[in-house]
Amino acid sequence: MTKKYTMPDGQGHFGTYGGLFVAETLIEPLKELNTAYQHYLDDPDFIAELDADLQHYVGRPSPLYHAEHWSKALGGAQIYLKREDLNHTGAHKINNTVGQALLAKRMGKTRIIAETGAGQHGVATATVAARLGLECVVYMGAVDIKRQALNVYRMKLLGATVIPVESGSKTLKDALNEALRDWVTHVDNTFYIIGTVAGPHPYPAMVRDFQTIIGREAKQQCLQQAGRLPNALVACVGGGSNAIGLFHPFIDESSVKLFGVEAAGDGIETGRHSAPLCAGRPGVLHGNRTYLMTDDDGEIIETHSISAGLDYPGVGPEHAWLKDLGRAKYVSITDTEALEGFYALTRMEGIIPALESSHAMAYTLKLAPTMTKDEIIIVNLSGRGDKDMHTMAIREGIKI
Amino acid sequence: MSRLAATFKNLKQLNRTALIPFISAGDPYPEFTVPLMHGMVDAGVNVIELGVPFSDPMADGPIIQRASERALSHHVSLTKVLAMASEFRQTNQTTPLVLMGYLNPIEIMGYQIFADKAQQAGIDGVLTVDLPPEEAEECTAILKASNIDPIFLLAPNSHEDRVKKMNVIGSGYLYYVSLKGVTGAGHLNVTEVEKKLAMIRNNTSLPIGVGFGVKEASIAKEIAKVADAVVVGSALISKIEANLDNPNQAKQEIIILLTAMRKAMDS
Repeated sequence: MTKKYTMPDGQGHFGTYGGLFVAETLIEPLKELNTAYQHYLDDPDFIAELDADLQHYVGRPSPLYHAEHWSKALGGAQIYLKREDLNHTGAHKINNTVGQALLAKRMGKTRIIAETGAGQHGVATATVAARLGLECVVYMGAVDIKRQALNVYRMKLLGATVIPVESGSKTLKDALNEALRDWVTHVDNTFYIIGTVAGPHPYPAMVRDFQTIIGREAKQQCLQQAGRLPNALVACVGGGSNAIGLFHPFIDESSVKLFGVEAAGDGIETGRHSAPLCAGRPGVLHGNRTYLMTDDDGEIIETHSISAGLDYPGVGPEHAWLKDLGRAKYVSITDTEALEGFYALTRMEGIIPALESSHAMAYTLKLAPTMTKDEIIIVNLSGRGDKDMHTMAIREGIKI
Repeated sequence: MSRLAATFKNLKQLNRTALIPFISAGDPYPEFTVPLMHGMVDAGVNVIELGVPFSDPMADGPIIQRASERALSHHVSLTKVLAMASEFRQTNQTTPLVLMGYLNPIEIMGYQIFADKAQQAGIDGVLTVDLPPEEAEECTAILKASNIDPIFLLAPNSHEDRVKKMNVIGSGYLYYVSLKGVTGAGHLNVTEVEKKLAMIRNNTSLPIGVGFGVKEASIAKEIAKVADAVVVGSALISKIEANLDNPNQAKQEIIILLTAMRKAMDS
């Protein structure tokens, strides 16, 4: 089949979204990165090394698992879970960090920096840095450091330096600001591994390309197991990397509905949420134009979500584009609903999902019963819940 | 002729270099800013860069970040900064004013509305840190139509083609960021700056300002020998931060530092 969908354009634009909104000092390194990336994308040697790492180090392909018990209980569509939780380090994040770290190595960079929210991307970055013998510095909001203490410890064990960010709201967006400041200061030897499909060009396209392994495998596995394409895909959206990774290989398949699930926090109507696509407006932050949580003065609004990984005021520009195009539908799930999703999967299938992924599970709880038994939903189980045991125990009033 | 062009032309005739202070509007509180602007003019500055506070100042070091946070705690928005400019213009019609900040507040206001309001407020130039020439076409066209100069940044790693691009799309002056890093970091290397400025001058006739790392009068004096303008920001704002309990003292110290720089640059 010929590929009809070819976004972004050469300057990193998805329609009016995306682009290169950065200070001058970063222009040259971003161009260097883009040139290197475009080169290695077509380099058989690089691709072979990447494929081998994904197979033997990450543990791919990840299974596509038919959640029969849960499907039967909901009485609607057949639910298949794309098991990114089974990857090394426990989430989809490693697909991207393996790719970017190989690129960093080929570009001769000796120092890796990253931002992290829930800590999954930080852990995945510290992991590949350890393996390649690269210095690693991870920026993390002070608030997130408290709620994801386990991942902070993992990063330290892996040899990374975790720097608490005390500015602004002390969460993911502030960690990103600080990582950009580090990069601008150490551009010569440093590679910035961004963890999501946001940031300036080429990051949204590059991170997506490394994550589309999710959708490419899911498509093939679904055809093998069910003999046909799914009717719907469901994935949670913070920055949106696991969602775009699953969606992208299906964009040209018009029969497949795409559902991105944002975090409604305490509820969209309360204003305490992290749902820029559902309740924000276009603006410019962190190097790209996209939907944002911003007030009338153009200041960024503090976000809220039970899951640190979704607690971000922006979203990848390709999601903004897919929303305006009407190709994907973006919905939101509150903290309370996400917990229902969390418990449902845990009890029905014996799989404890991350709180981020629980948002996708919660939407599946609503969607599956509206569909027939011969229809198929693929839900991206983007990460496992081990990192959230502390948060959950506190909520349940249990001391571990 | 725009106020910026006239200012640089006059200074050139006098064989003097422009002194440009950067302050965060509304830091440490909104009423502090306009009197400080007048005071700085009296101390001999030629252009004022007025920082528009932003919640996520990605290119700024801790000193200007905290200044932004202090201003935002008083809800100092782009609209309020424009009001400060209007107030300043009531008694000063000659000193050029340049707004410096990030794109999102301008995006949310809308380019055309912003350009109209800025022109009414007597703004002469706009420097948007995260709007490089690649993305600036629409915005600069609208600004220029309102007689506002779009001012661009150049960095140590900017190649010749960038200068050529900015020479076309930019006006007023070009701002050379003397080091790779955020505002207020480290000290600049005058020899390096000199080398880079030679390349820049080969590709533009616009005046060139140099900033990032100008902390004391002696550095200002060295830079003045090679640049058309010396920009000083974090060194001034740290005076505010050191005297939060005594804003008058902060103002005095800022005036003293600028006066010393002016004197050193002119000697």
